[in-house]
Amino acid sequence: MALHRCAVVGVGQTNHTACRGDVSIAGLVREAVDRALLDANMTLADIDAIVIGKAPDMLEGVMMPELWLTDSLAASGKPLFRVHTAGSVGGSTAIVAAQHVMSGLHKRVLTIAFEKQSDGNAMWALSVPLPFSMPVHAGAGGYFSPIVRSYIRRSGAPSHIGAMVAVKDRTNALKNPYAHLHEDHWTLEKAMESPMLWDPIRFVETCPSSDGAIALVLASEDVADKMPGKKAWVHSTAMRSEPTMFAGRNQVSPRAGEMCAEDVFRKAGITDPLKQIDAVEMYVPFSWFEPMWLENLGFAPKDQGWRFVEDGVTEMTGALPVNASGGVLSSNPIGASGMLRFGEAALQVMGKAGEHQIDGARTALGHAYGGGSQFFAMWVVGSEKN
Amino acid sequence: MRDVAIVAYIEGQNTSATTLSPVEMIVPVVHEVLKRANVQRSDIDFWCHGSCDYMTGQPFSFVSAVDALGAWPPIMESHVEMDGAWALYEAWVKIQTGEANTALVFGNGKSSAGDMNRALTLQLDPYVVAPLWPGFRSLEAMGARAAIDAGTVTERQMADVVSRSLRDAADNPNVLAYGYRDADELLDEPMTANPLRAHDCPAMADGVAAIIITTADRALEMCDRPAWIRGIDHRIDFQNLGLRDLSRSNSAALASFHAGVTKDKVDVAELHATYSHHEIILAQSMGIDRSTTRMMPSGGALVANPLMAAGLARFGQAARQIFKGNADRAVAHAAQGACLQQNIVAVLEGN
Amino acid sequence: MADDILRIRTPIGIDYTWSSGPGSVVYMRGLENGKLIGRRCPDCELVYFPPRNGICPRCGVLLAAEVEVGPRGTITTFCVVNVPFLGQTIKIPYVAATILLDGADIGMQHLIQECEAADVRMGMRVEPVWKDKSEWTPSLENILYYKPTGEPDADFDVYARHL
Ligand SMILES: [Zn+2]
Repeated sequence: MALHRCAVVGVGQTNHTACRGDVSIAGLVREAVDRALLDANMTLADIDAIVIGKAPDMLEGVMMPELWLTDSLAASGKPLFRVHTAGSVGGSTAIVAAQHVMSGLHKRVLTIAFEKQSDGNAMWALSVPLPFSMPVHAGAGGYFSPIVRSYIRRSGAPSHIGAMVAVKDRTNALKNPYAHLHEDHWTLEKAMESPMLWDPIRFVETCPSSDGAIALVLASEDVADKMPGKKAWVHSTAMRSEPTMFAGRNQVSPRAGEMCAEDVFRKAGITDPLKQIDAVEMYVPFSWFEPMWLENLGFAPKDQGWRFVEDGVTEMTGALPVNASGGVLSSNPIGASGMLRFGEAALQVMGKAGEHQIDGARTALGHAYGGGSQFFAMWVVGSEKN
Repeated sequence: MRDVAIVAYIEGQNTSATTLSPVEMIVPVVHEVLKRANVQRSDIDFWCHGSCDYMTGQPFSFVSAVDALGAWPPIMESHVEMDGAWALYEAWVKIQTGEANTALVFGNGKSSAGDMNRALTLQLDPYVVAPLWPGFRSLEAMGARAAIDAGTVTERQMADVVSRSLRDAADNPNVLAYGYRDADELLDEPMTANPLRAHDCPAMADGVAAIIITTADRALEMCDRPAWIRGIDHRIDFQNLGLRDLSRSNSAALASFHAGVTKDKVDVAELHATYSHHEIILAQSMGIDRSTTRMMPSGGALVANPLMAAGLARFGQAARQIFKGNADRAVAHAAQGACLQQNIVAVLEGN
Repeated sequence: MADDILRIRTPIGIDYTWSSGPGSVVYMRGLENGKLIGRRCPDCELVYFPPRNGICPRCGVLLAAEVEVGPRGTITTFCVVNVPFLGQTIKIPYVAATILLDGADIGMQHLIQECEAADVRMGMRVEPVWKDKSEWTPSLENILYYKPTGEPDADFDVYARHL
């Protein structure tokens, strides 16, 4: 559909951890950028345009931080663009960057997403009292837990599904040197004993809060063709949004997510996603969202997503490996988490995922969502041109 | 590149302090701009919004704006933490990929929600500059001082800009400042942030601006005389004031060059000059001759500056000059950041 | 020495005035007088409580007629909170529930008390316990919490489309 092809030719990310006190925000960003540029065998001078994403500015206390980051990115004289679409921002940012290439406007685009949660006070930044609501949520877990309960009620899923996903992702993370959590002691039994923080969500089933950044170098077809290394061709991108709350809204499987998936698969020529997709990097900040998104994305029939988990379909060795990187459950630099999914999907089809490589992955899906499960961003990348 | 035109522009009432919520400010403007282009919500393939959390004092403040759009069934939508002019840019890029044909873009801001002179300071280096709380107006005054010292701007020129803007504003019902005051009278006013006087600074406003852009096959259905986007480009400069020559704007010059401003005569320019000296610096940097180009017939951002919407409003006001047949070639510009750090420029044509 | 300058604290303070907007005035005035006032969408005819921003997000139009809802309602879904939370004054574990007030078409969040967390169920019928009238302000916090009414639970089908 798009008029010009686009490929991911460089991927770089930082180590994700609770507090990167050793670097400034700019230093964190440059770490990811320098790695991506090295991967693409380019320098900042080669870059035509930069697209930056992060979620809310109040987390670090810097308003429109890209204005300041211009200096450390040597971006003077270049187009520099800033995206913010809540939790899906990392995905949306990569899509906007890809469109800078797919439109024929630019040949080499650098895209960056980051969050340095330790530099601010997230609890303060996110708790602005308004008269519409009682402050009863106690964080994102409190917001999403009732939705998980609804899913369990509707689908009849057994209580251990969330724990199974958590154990899988934490185990996968052991193969990802950049992951925030490297915990090798998790068994299903132990996970089931993990305290219920926001019942029905257990502690082990929640994501950490991380500092981290990721950068991708995107290139046009003529540029990519001249490069010796492996690339991930962007086969399709899609975004959809719906309001946070309206009467009769399906919060378990939002229509915007379904439509976004239909669109991204249709544009990539995928008719049977379960068969044709080799790896999925899915935005799962609470483990129960894996079965929920499996249904929402059309991989599993309605109310059957949990059976995929139970049958090991989403294990690294399964038919549809989900979050071989360890996913958001193992690293969550909010603004960067979506682009991490997009970048990890690219690494899979480039064959550069290292220890968490899915053998023979040729086509992968990157998925991100944000807000009250209302903003969706996805891309399908492949080892071959579309 | 696909031919894309601005076909409708609506701005909400600019006020000094509205009691409406942001969503309530946006709803009527979205309805009106659809009506102006004579299209339905379902005709819009892509929506893009520009706003800033630090303007409203709420994280994820743009999320509730989706409520204003009637986003059901779900829509293809995006948001930039930038002036609405860059939302227009994202939509233009999207149309260039072939994945959309018609887009509605809007920007909104509520400058009255907090102390913007203070809030805008949070854009600066968080480690060594922002903690000093220099105040945004002071930074702009430094820019003006640099330009005056360099001989590129005079205080009288600044007063002339203000005098003309206030006079033009008298014909625009949607402004917060207007009047008939000559330069001598203005120069007698006291300084507020030397060399800036109060009238050199913008009239801060709460407001919304919305634009519909579309491709060649539908533009004439939506508008008798569309404003064709013949060139559009945006660039940024270093933020650190010590790394820049504040008497000019390199990024505005570059964006102007890439948008093709100087390829032909410019009938009208709507520049997002929030301080009086900005107009002079911008015109010089962009290659616009102020003696032959009609500058800011709307009165510009000096007389109504709804943050995050004021830049997109310049695009809308420039397009209006084309719609009405007052101009065949107009330049639209938006800026953000301290001392014209980031600039976007478009050339609009009627033919 | 180097360690001393690795990080600095620079507190930020900005005061904001937040306007709820005229669309929500009836809702807040209602709370001030111990009434739960929602508003109906003229297009889809569904009733919003709270009438957030005075708009139906599904239709993108301003809400119209005022409709008194509740006071009783049905728990559609809930969370048992076991996390001590900044500024939290409620003893854990406590239940934060989505409550579909009678006559409303969208759930709202509130606390459930006077009942063990383990006994809270989807479909449970609840009613509000208000603060003393002298303490009422234009806020949902006028309601201290909701408590079970003792009525039989609502059928799943009744509230399933609100999940
Ligand atoms: Zn409605």
